Amino acid sequence: MRLAFSALVGLAALTDAAIAQDLQSFDAIERGRYLAVLADCAPCHTAPGGQPFAGGLVLQTPFGNLATPNITPDRETGIGNWTDDEFVAALHDGRGRAGTRLYPAMPYPAYTKMTRDDVLDLRAYLATVTPVRNQVIANQLPFPLNIRLAMLFWNWLNFAPGGYEPNPQKSAEWNRGAYIVEGAAHCGTCHTPKTVLGGDKNDAPFSGATLQGWFAPSITANPRSGIGNWSKDDLVQYLKTGANDWTLAFGPMAEAVSHSTSKMIDGDIAAIAAYLKDSGAALATAEPAALAPDDKAMRAGAAIYKDSCAACHRDSGDGEANLFPRLSGSALVQSGDPTTLLRVVLQGSRAVSTSSRPTAPAMPAFDWRLDDAQVAAVLTYIRNNWGNAAPPISVGPVASERASLAMSP
Amino acid sequence: MARSISPALRISRRSLLASTAAIFLTSATSVRSLTISQGMPWGPDAARPPVPVRPGPWMFFTADEASMIEAAVDRLIPPDDRGPGGKEAGCAVFIDRQLAGPYGRGDGLYMKPPFMPGAATQGYQLPDAPAARYRAGLKALAGYVNSAFPGKSFRELSPQDQDKVLAGLDAGTVALDGTNAAEFFALLLQNTQEGFFADPVYGGNRNMAGWRLIGFPGARYDYRDWVERHNEPYPLPPVGIMGRSDWTIRE
Amino acid sequence: MPRKLPPKDVVIIGLGWTGSILGYELAKAGLDVVAIERGPWRDTATDFPPAYIQDELRYAVRLDLFLRPDQETLTFRNNVGEPALPIRSFVSFLPGNGVGGAGVHWNGQTWRFLPTDFRVRSQLEERYGKDALPADMTIQDWPVSYDELEPYYDRFEKLCGTSGKAGNIRGKKHAGGNPFEGWRSAEYPTPPLKQAYGPALFAEAARKTGHSPFPQPASNLSEAYVNPLGLKLGQCTYCGFCERFGCGNYSKASPQTCVLPALLRFPNFTAQTESEVTRINLDSTGKRATGVSYVDVSGEEWEQPASIVLVCAYALFNVRMLLLSGIGMPYDAQTGQGVVGRNYAYQTTSSVGVILKDKVLNPFIATGAHGMIIDDYNGDNFDHHGLGFVGGGYMGMGQPNSRPIQTRPVPAGTPKWGAQWKKATAETFNRAMSLSTHGSCYSYRDCFLDLDPTYKDRLGRPLMRMTFDFHDNELKMSAYLTDRLADIARALDPVEIATSPRKGPYTLNAYQTTHNTGGTVMGADPATSVLNRYCQSWDVHNVFVPGGASVFPQNHGYNPTDTVGALAYWTADAIKDRYLKNPGPLA
Repeated sequence: MRLAFSALVGLAALTDAAIAQDLQSFDAIERGRYLAVLADCAPCHTAPGGQPFAGGLVLQTPFGNLATPNITPDRETGIGNWTDDEFVAALHDGRGRAGTRLYPAMPYPAYTKMTRDDVLDLRAYLATVTPVRNQVIANQLPFPLNIRLAMLFWNWLNFAPGGYEPNPQKSAEWNRGAYIVEGAAHCGTCHTPKTVLGGDKNDAPFSGATLQGWFAPSITANPRSGIGNWSKDDLVQYLKTGANDWTLAFGPMAEAVSHSTSKMIDGDIAAIAAYLKDSGAALATAEPAALAPDDKAMRAGAAIYKDSCAACHRDSGDGEANLFPRLSGSALVQSGDPTTLLRVVLQGSRAVSTSSRPTAPAMPAFDWRLDDAQVAAVLTYIRNNWGNAAPPISVGPVASERASLAMSP
Repeated sequence: MARSISPALRISRRSLLASTAAIFLTSATSVRSLTISQGMPWGPDAARPPVPVRPGPWMFFTADEASMIEAAVDRLIPPDDRGPGGKEAGCAVFIDRQLAGPYGRGDGLYMKPPFMPGAATQGYQLPDAPAARYRAGLKALAGYVNSAFPGKSFRELSPQDQDKVLAGLDAGTVALDGTNAAEFFALLLQNTQEGFFADPVYGGNRNMAGWRLIGFPGARYDYRDWVERHNEPYPLPPVGIMGRSDWTIRE
Repeated sequence: MPRKLPPKDVVIIGLGWTGSILGYELAKAGLDVVAIERGPWRDTATDFPPAYIQDELRYAVRLDLFLRPDQETLTFRNNVGEPALPIRSFVSFLPGNGVGGAGVHWNGQTWRFLPTDFRVRSQLEERYGKDALPADMTIQDWPVSYDELEPYYDRFEKLCGTSGKAGNIRGKKHAGGNPFEGWRSAEYPTPPLKQAYGPALFAEAARKTGHSPFPQPASNLSEAYVNPLGLKLGQCTYCGFCERFGCGNYSKASPQTCVLPALLRFPNFTAQTESEVTRINLDSTGKRATGVSYVDVSGEEWEQPASIVLVCAYALFNVRMLLLSGIGMPYDAQTGQGVVGRNYAYQTTSSVGVILKDKVLNPFIATGAHGMIIDDYNGDNFDHHGLGFVGGGYMGMGQPNSRPIQTRPVPAGTPKWGAQWKKATAETFNRAMSLSTHGSCYSYRDCFLDLDPTYKDRLGRPLMRMTFDFHDNELKMSAYLTDRLADIARALDPVEIATSPRKGPYTLNAYQTTHNTGGTVMGADPATSVLNRYCQSWDVHNVFVPGGASVFPQNHGYNPTDTVGALAYWTADAIKDRYLKNPGPLA
């Protein structure tokens, strides 16, 4: 690998002059603009109220805080001075300027799958955005994690660089979908479970993970825990408009839809859907037994549900398409990790607004109305009614989620 | 009037990812209004629910005033075999807490002078907010009872005598010093009935006694399945904003 | 010294129904628009979630969502012979406040005026003779016809997703709808609401007595719906917390559910909340507005220049804004000269209380516009010869709510408190209903609005003064309508009925409606109107009052909102299609 890398560097040096930036290559710039949508660069590299791509957004990782760098073409504080190869190395190898290592909050383990041409087109586009002078101290991790050399070990354990290898047994559409999902759109960064060190668990891709206080549900083809019950069109509708007959995008996914997926071309959305509907073995998990309706928690939960939830989500749990998520048959409702469920019930949540579905309905907060036992009971009820089956929720997780939300800035 | 920071302002500081709506506190120096553009403000955990009344010492009434009010509400809504009366239902507590808060103070009313008596059609024209009216009315009532029933307080009168006094206030035949008796009685009656039928979160309607009396299901929000079930009694028990006993798991 | 902001194409005063509709139409047309609203931002899940909105004390009794009199109020007198005194607490009518305005907490009753209403003076004089109308009655024909406005009614109803059953589609009558309504170009966007027991019983009695009941047109939706802006509304759940409350589950049409999420997506639209416009500024000629001045929450003054000023502040406050800004000649009741403040009108309502035996009505199963209504006695739908009045109203059994603090019917003669009161209240709640009439209120020379000489608001500006009383015509009409309704009520085989026709004098002490109309009348003649037929000021051509009920020359026997919404769209088209191309007087 090391040999290949230095060979690559050498090659790049020879061709650098030849591949000097063509400032009038409108095609490349337009392709790059679209790739920035696929890779969803702007929301991370733009601080709230800040200039686009000028960095400074603080990400709260499990290891501490990182601030996103300035990727405008400013020569002193941005990447205006970077060569093409340096830019490629950042996305492909997790290397910053002068060989510094990036933290995988920058999802280079996914971006490594992008072709060099795509990365260079992205570079061409970023060279056209307004340069902004904004010095960002990216590394805010606590000692000893702030020693980037540590990434050497992490990369050795968790990172396999290299472009996407098409699967000849699958269609072109499937491969395009795989290229996007595993690469630019870096879905696994949120949806693939992580090891203790924060690397991907490669044996359970897309089967759900908790990040920044949200549980990103499984998007595998498992019908109970994943999106196996969704049709291809359901998935297309969700990515394109933020809503489908099952649910609406909310939480961090709302942002992914509004800035990225809703702006993808129809062919790419269809490709993503084709891939996700047919990606990897649906992990065989033992079917849990649903709690009986006369269980004490179920009875209390049923009363709470009737009085507090049914006016929107209906007695049948079917909700209303594009307005109130369906709870019956919902993977998120039955997920092993209840973080998102707890968060939504306690603090409320708002769905994404897109141009085709602008409403952005919101679920109100219930933390003032329901105590920990009541939250546990109503969640246990929705997880085990209407044919749903999932382990009950106990008071402990509710209490700790409440406490951790209270401590958020 | 003090206003808490809108929850919309909290979101732009807490969000981990760029907010979808641009919300500016325009100019740190002076403008404190919201300029809203390109998205609608929203923040998590932004509820403004009522603050539940907790049992405890009187917050507005003196002990003597409270004893008059408790006796009065129990005559206005007497206990019987249909259910609790005003006192057990918490009407006095309700009134006490209301008078201690913005309602008692008359917050939001137009209180600029000149105050002039008007025609009946022109509405209430005195500068006294409800809290002041109760202070004056109860003082005058105590004075009246003391002179009409020497040595006895209102609480000590027999129920029949209490009823006579209240009926006299209502009819205006009992005169109160410095206070219009009929208007004071009307206010007391209105607040008592509010307390009996308002959500229990405000301290009255304890155990939803008022709602159970008449068969009102309370803070329910979905009757779709019952609209066309004509002439059938609605079967579910009442529920308040803070829930009902069935919400709690009983071991 | 007020600070001057960068100019906008359009400044809108108030962000309720008309402000939202105009904001959307003009932002969509590419103009740079700012709406300035003196109340707070309001959002469904934050401000009226179905977790604590069902609180009668807070919202229906203590009026949490409404305008507080200490922010703005009026003074009132029945006639010029007495001094006007401040309305220190709103009771008879309840102005809204905040983004969405009264569109947040209206009942959703969505009625078109009749074709004859739009030419009411001509119609009545033709049918009954010129002498039939009292000399001091100042009703006038509208400067638009029903036919011209029909497509705009349709547009507003489609925006809302109104639920109903059409009675007349392009002249063809349809059973089950209102046989008296003006022709509609299409069926309602969603089917009519299902009816609870009370309205169903009334409909049966109405049919038995030879009337034509139909479901009340409701913007509380019978089923989920997507409106032309792409906004999704849900199905109404009959919670019974409708008027005075925001809707918790997106099933009542309001600016929040029907316009704002789409409007706020336009980068060229901005809402400035908790900022109060103090006046419209004019140039030295007095014939062109340069923009508005406003104060923010901390009292700082700002100037917002704009090319077009839209007055969308609610009927009463539209009038006051023009008076304070010196736009148009103020009306002088003594001389009869002037127009701003002229022809103020209200609504003439009455009720018939009915107590049935052995019936379980479940009156708390309710929604704002649910009910069965007859229109047989509205407008000029019936022959008034020999009756001694003109005008009319719809009537029937609307069941918008039955909340126990405010609605506790008891038999006549029941004491107001004590053991008998308790017994009667317990036994009557589920067996009683209130039928109502909703009648017209025509305009008169001595019913008007002007500025008060004594009382001021918190910014030191004079309050507006309302001079109003019911006239004999309206009281006679109310008595007649109430009697007709009582006739139908008797067919319900009640244990008891109690008629309460409207009696004078008009009093502030009981709620009636918040249908305040007139004051900036639209008309064909500048001598008797403030606005031309495009709701454009005759005096200052870049100022429009796009359809608030202040433009009504008189009030007819229906709730105003559908007409207000239709006129908002009508004005939007006039601005887009005519004014922008050639700024100047359009008529």
